[in-house]
Amino acid sequence: MTTRDVGTAVAAENKRVRMLFRSPSAKVGVLMAGCVLLAIVVVLGLRFGSLPITNWDAINALVNYSPDSYEQTVVRYLRLPRMVIGLGVGAALAVAGAAMQATTRNPLADPSILGVNSGAALGIITAVYLGQLTHPLHFVWFAFAGGMVAAAIVYAFGSVGSGGVSPVKLALAGVVVTALLNSWLTAVLLLHQETLDVIRFWLAGSLAGRDINVFYAVLPFLAVGVVGMLLAGNQLNVLSLGDDTARVLGMPIGKIRMLVTALSVLMVGAAVAAAGPIGFVGLAVPHIVRGFVGPDYRWVLPFCVVFGPLMLLLADILGRVIARPGEVHVGIVTAFVGAPFLIWLARRRQVADV
Amino acid sequence: MTTRTSAPPSRSEPSGVRVIRLGAFSFRVRLRVAGLVAVAAVVVVGLMAWSLTLGNYALSLAEIHGALKGTASADARFIVVDLRLPRLLTAVAVGSMLAMSGAIFQGILRNPLVSPDIIGINAGASVGALLLIVTRQPLAYLPAAAFVGGLVAAAAIYALTWRGHISGARLILVGMGMNAMLTATTTYLLTQAEIRDASRAVLWMTGSVYGSDWGDVRLLVVSLAVLVPLGAALMWSLRVLQLGDLTAHTLGMPVERIRLFLIITGCALSGIAVSVAGPIGFVALMVPHFARMLAGPMTAGVFVLTGLLGAALVLGADMIGQHATGVSLPVGVITSALGAPYFLYLLSRTRVRL
Repeated sequence: MTTRDVGTAVAAENKRVRMLFRSPSAKVGVLMAGCVLLAIVVVLGLRFGSLPITNWDAINALVNYSPDSYEQTVVRYLRLPRMVIGLGVGAALAVAGAAMQATTRNPLADPSILGVNSGAALGIITAVYLGQLTHPLHFVWFAFAGGMVAAAIVYAFGSVGSGGVSPVKLALAGVVVTALLNSWLTAVLLLHQETLDVIRFWLAGSLAGRDINVFYAVLPFLAVGVVGMLLAGNQLNVLSLGDDTARVLGMPIGKIRMLVTALSVLMVGAAVAAAGPIGFVGLAVPHIVRGFVGPDYRWVLPFCVVFGPLMLLLADILGRVIARPGEVHVGIVTAFVGAPFLIWLARRRQVADV
Repeated sequence: MTTRTSAPPSRSEPSGVRVIRLGAFSFRVRLRVAGLVAVAAVVVVGLMAWSLTLGNYALSLAEIHGALKGTASADARFIVVDLRLPRLLTAVAVGSMLAMSGAIFQGILRNPLVSPDIIGINAGASVGALLLIVTRQPLAYLPAAAFVGGLVAAAAIYALTWRGHISGARLILVGMGMNAMLTATTTYLLTQAEIRDASRAVLWMTGSVYGSDWGDVRLLVVSLAVLVPLGAALMWSLRVLQLGDLTAHTLGMPVERIRLFLIITGCALSGIAVSVAGPIGFVALMVPHFARMLAGPMTAGVFVLTGLLGAALVLGADMIGQHATGVSLPVGVITSALGAPYFLYLLSRTRVRL
């Protein structure tokens, strides 16, 4: 097969794939529209909440802040950090989810389903309550370590056995490792009764009441992860063709897969440290994005950077609006939005009947 | 009424099988199963006696005997009759109910990796129970609420999995999605609960027999008295069902009605157990495997053996959690720590194509 034949085959394959926007200019347009939408959602997020705030106050708090105004102070010091954290965490989770789906060739991959979220959470709790570490730059390494160990166990047990690796086996291994980690987590929490109340809200996964300094501390990791992954779009494309094809094309599969997995865990660990374990963003967003732009990771990843925060912030706002004057944690909202997505994926013939 | 223990004259039974006739009823009894049931019963009774002696206030077997007869000191009587006995009877009953519900669900779904805790039936029961607690309804309805919650979850999973037939892999994924949503609901309900209830609620969420009283025991004993004969009677039909719907139908079995009975029995077993002790993980998954390994395919006798092994497991895990670790760990933490690795082992060994 010559290069040209491969090109024709890929073009034919691309015609078969369903996507809403086919031409590159349309894709760029949609990406721009997504950015505008995201900006609107951020402003909405500054407005909605138990204290009603006008558009004017919300925008003024950003560009022309006056400390005398109570409303502007609320916006600047309570709601703005929340939106900023949401932007970073949403992008990291969506990109990490897409990368995991590519490396495991598993449409069900997601940091929460594969147990990385719980591993990172357990790592942090262990570091904080057994190691007495308080600085985020210290305990964030434990989040990476925990996430890495969880990912390794899940992948090891999901891929051995006669059937080889399959989406359902990986997902099952993830669920069970999550259950195991959660039981250890409960044990640690029960030994430290006085901290249970603080941790209970953190464990639900939320953008509210987070320390923005923790976010700034982990921001470099998020940035490295997202940028690194954006550069690796081509490699992810090749990996998602399968090991044999990738090897024939001359790719060092083992190295690339290790690197991509490490970067994903880095992002997820940082996101968990900043906002607690938030599930299903990494599952749903890449699939929705693929519906827009097709399976090419060079497009999927930038779209994830925009649409991940969009979904997370919308979920956050939804959680504030439906339970006024209280709120529903964003992790709970994303589970409600994302879990039906898992069910929908399961009902498609390709996933469950492979 | 005549009782004979002899082989029928018309055809010869394989060795190791006796037929017991009681009037109009006759039972084939496999000696191996009967022996195992007897051994398991002895183990459970032995564990119960041992567990009564353990604790900060150590008691000898003679003192316990005295306390049960009412001749010991008031202190000893209080400790044995009001504190230790209800707890251990609850552990025994809850363990057997969870294990038996696991046997029923694994049988109906013809999938050894399915258990009510993984596919979300226990989570449904938890939501039912917590809804009742948060809305401040009388706690007497707790078992009913948990049962209904589990049943609704089962119905939803079944309906969402149905696509002309039930596929095991699809059912697992749909169940995982349901489980995620229902767990998110419980997390939300927990954050709505009063702070002082939260610690107790977290304990309950992990599964614990701490603080059970004679009211719980009475409920469990009555439920067992109804559900165990029902389940045992349905075991024969379950084995026919496992031949496949078509075969069962051809043999003249009302397939859908039998399956409905089985699901109701399974949900009642797990729902009532969950309402008392919370979702104790992995018991329903592990124990039926042990029982089948020891005694062969699921029959009424093996069903009873499953119950006894479940009782031994939960009681043993509770003893480990209570006495072996220095701090008091809820029984669910111990069963997860034991059960999750076992599940991963099963997953790596499975020949079922998932």
